[in-house]
Amino acid sequence: MVAHLLRLKLVLLRNSFKRSTAQLIGVILGGLYGLGILGTLVVALVLLGSADVGLIRTILVIGGSATILGWIVIPIAAAGIDMTLDPARFVTFAIPMRQLLTGLVLGGLVGIPGVVTLIASLAQVLTWIRYPAAALTAFVCALVAVLLCVVASRLVTTAVSSMTGSRRFKDINGVVAFIPLLFLGPIIGGVTAGFQSSPGFAASLADVLAWTPLGALWAAPADVAQGQAGLAVLRLLIGVATLVLFLVLWSRSLAHALVTPPYNAVTKRAGGNLGWLGRFPATPAGAVAARALTYWLRDPRYSASLVVIPFIGVLLFFSGGSAGAFAFLGPITAFLLAWSISADISYDNTAFSLHLSTGVSGRDDRTGRAAALLVFSLPVTLVLTVLPLLLGGRSADLPALLGLSLGLLLTGTGLSSLVSARYTYNVPLPGESAFKTPPGTNFLMFAVQFIGWFVMLLLALPEIVLTIVYFVTGNAAFGWASLLAGLVLGAILLVVGIRSGGRWYDRRAPELLLAVSANR
Amino acid sequence: MPPPSDANNPEAEAGSAALSIRGLAKRFGEKIAVDGVHLEVPSGSFYGLVGPNGAGKTTTLSMATGLLRPDHGQALVHGVDVWAQPLEAKKLMGILPDGVRLFDRLTGEQLVTYAGLLRGMDRETVQERTGDLLRALDLANDAGTLVVDYSAGMTKKIALASALIHAPKLLVLDEPFESVDPVSAANIRDILAGYVESGGSVIVSSHVMDLVQRMCDHVAVIAAGTVLAAGTVDEVRGDGSLEDRFVELVGGRTTSEGLSWLRTS
Repeated sequence: MVAHLLRLKLVLLRNSFKRSTAQLIGVILGGLYGLGILGTLVVALVLLGSADVGLIRTILVIGGSATILGWIVIPIAAAGIDMTLDPARFVTFAIPMRQLLTGLVLGGLVGIPGVVTLIASLAQVLTWIRYPAAALTAFVCALVAVLLCVVASRLVTTAVSSMTGSRRFKDINGVVAFIPLLFLGPIIGGVTAGFQSSPGFAASLADVLAWTPLGALWAAPADVAQGQAGLAVLRLLIGVATLVLFLVLWSRSLAHALVTPPYNAVTKRAGGNLGWLGRFPATPAGAVAARALTYWLRDPRYSASLVVIPFIGVLLFFSGGSAGAFAFLGPITAFLLAWSISADISYDNTAFSLHLSTGVSGRDDRTGRAAALLVFSLPVTLVLTVLPLLLGGRSADLPALLGLSLGLLLTGTGLSSLVSARYTYNVPLPGESAFKTPPGTNFLMFAVQFIGWFVMLLLALPEIVLTIVYFVTGNAAFGWASLLAGLVLGAILLVVGIRSGGRWYDRRAPELLLAVSANR
Repeated sequence: MPPPSDANNPEAEAGSAALSIRGLAKRFGEKIAVDGVHLEVPSGSFYGLVGPNGAGKTTTLSMATGLLRPDHGQALVHGVDVWAQPLEAKKLMGILPDGVRLFDRLTGEQLVTYAGLLRGMDRETVQERTGDLLRALDLANDAGTLVVDYSAGMTKKIALASALIHAPKLLVLDEPFESVDPVSAANIRDILAGYVESGGSVIVSSHVMDLVQRMCDHVAVIAAGTVLAAGTVDEVRGDGSLEDRFVELVGGRTTSEGLSWLRTS
């Protein structure tokens, strides 16, 4: 039975490669990436062996703790990222609990993260190779620690799986889970700064972690190397006890989850509220705009990208204060927002067939989507351009930066209108977490993204150059010229983008539907 | 037994047919999904399209409604070529595709309204008809619920409402009764029967033979991408039931000798 579960996981993995060449390329790239990280890790761990025992201990304990923490946190942040061996799918099979547990643990190791964790953990045996007793301890501890990683992550997955059945939880989680990720940079920055400001910081952090389940197993080999076998045994016990406790908890919650299918509580609501559909003009383009705007607020895949913007502001503010990079919040926001509708039809997925079957013209479709974006992003961009400058007392720079912001926003919206009628790629499906990128087409996606960004900057070159010239010369005339260029060129490119995008759409709409229906 | 009339009837005129499918064909890679299908759906008929799973029903209907570009062939809706004049043809058609998503972050009421507005209808008409449709399909109490929270049957019904909103001359419904409860199914049948009586034409795909035999006046049996028989239901079924005739045409019945271990006694 255990072998069956393992084979199932392997077959699922293999079949995911088979679906298309593009996906195979993506998997290979992902594999190479994992291999690169793994190689670097192993080499670093081997080289670390020549360092002083205290330093080895500090690095291994902090790195190891972070690994276990990662295995615990990532499934919560990205509920539904890897549900191939979702316990809910085994409900109808009478698999004995013990075998199900073993199968799921081993299944958890199959895949890039599992293999990387396992090999890197075992590589610490090489780190301790100068201390044979410690190396032996490291081998045992590594195995226990890897099991702990998998069991902890499975425990968390099972515990939240009852919640993830509810759509509301998924929606909120899809947006909220972005926040810690956004702060990842500042957190890492802060920790690095802590290391730099006081050399003892890392060592004392490791000392604390060494007594927690996160770090105990990684500290035990160092204890042996330092001749404190008793301490090592104690730490190993902490690790093993945690593993056993998690196993018990997991088997309990799994047993519970197997007999309580997720339930999505829905309250019935009568109609009468048309939302934006009642407020926009009653034309096809108006309806598309109203629908798109509703999605910006209600679909976590869209709203997640809205949540990002205030955080960019905070990050810029703290990185350079109100005088530096913060002043460019407006143009950066404009750039990101304008590009955000470049995969609009991919996000619609096959729901797009409604546009096709109702015979919406390309121009109406493009206009509606662009209008929905501009309705909120125009004021947001204006405020985010003007506010930082006023706060920094730099109102003289207003025309130049307004020109840049508006130019980027309008030009970019035009370009996105063209791109989304031309290219589709695999994006998270409706209702899925915004994190969940189907493997494989990443390559095409990144290619389109980077070329698209490049083209967008190229098209906005006049206002970019004028803004730079303004800052170099300080001549206000160039600032006003930038504003004029941004408005006029931006407006022209917006219209051109919508029109040519609309023509593409009219010619190729059935092919677009076929392309998005491959992703499901 | 009278032979089923040839689907590729040369006497049929383009103008008299609600939907005229002429030699539609589609290949996906190695697999030929639809291999030259000819069908004439007479104006005012209730036409059933039956076939086993994977016969090419959905592919044929997608090509006939402008959702999937055919490799060969033509589809005319009341004489308007679907692929040459797509916008005109789509005005005449109401389409319920199978296996596609809906804009499910809208409420049921918003979705039907959206479909109406996309067709360029004015707000008052859309509002009035949306209310009527939701009541007729027993969705009024869930009009404000997001479609993503609907059950499978409710989702099917709201998609049907979106297809009916502009009062088309031809309805193309792919598996309209799948997972719909018996009461709603009966209501839908009444709505469709009334629609046909008033001069509309309907083509439905289904694999419930019994339903097709009772509901439709014409039927076409399609398997492996080709039409095996087409005509009025009585012509196709002859003396037996439609189901017997279907099995006879399509084949693939296994004798009940197998699975002897499944018998409990």
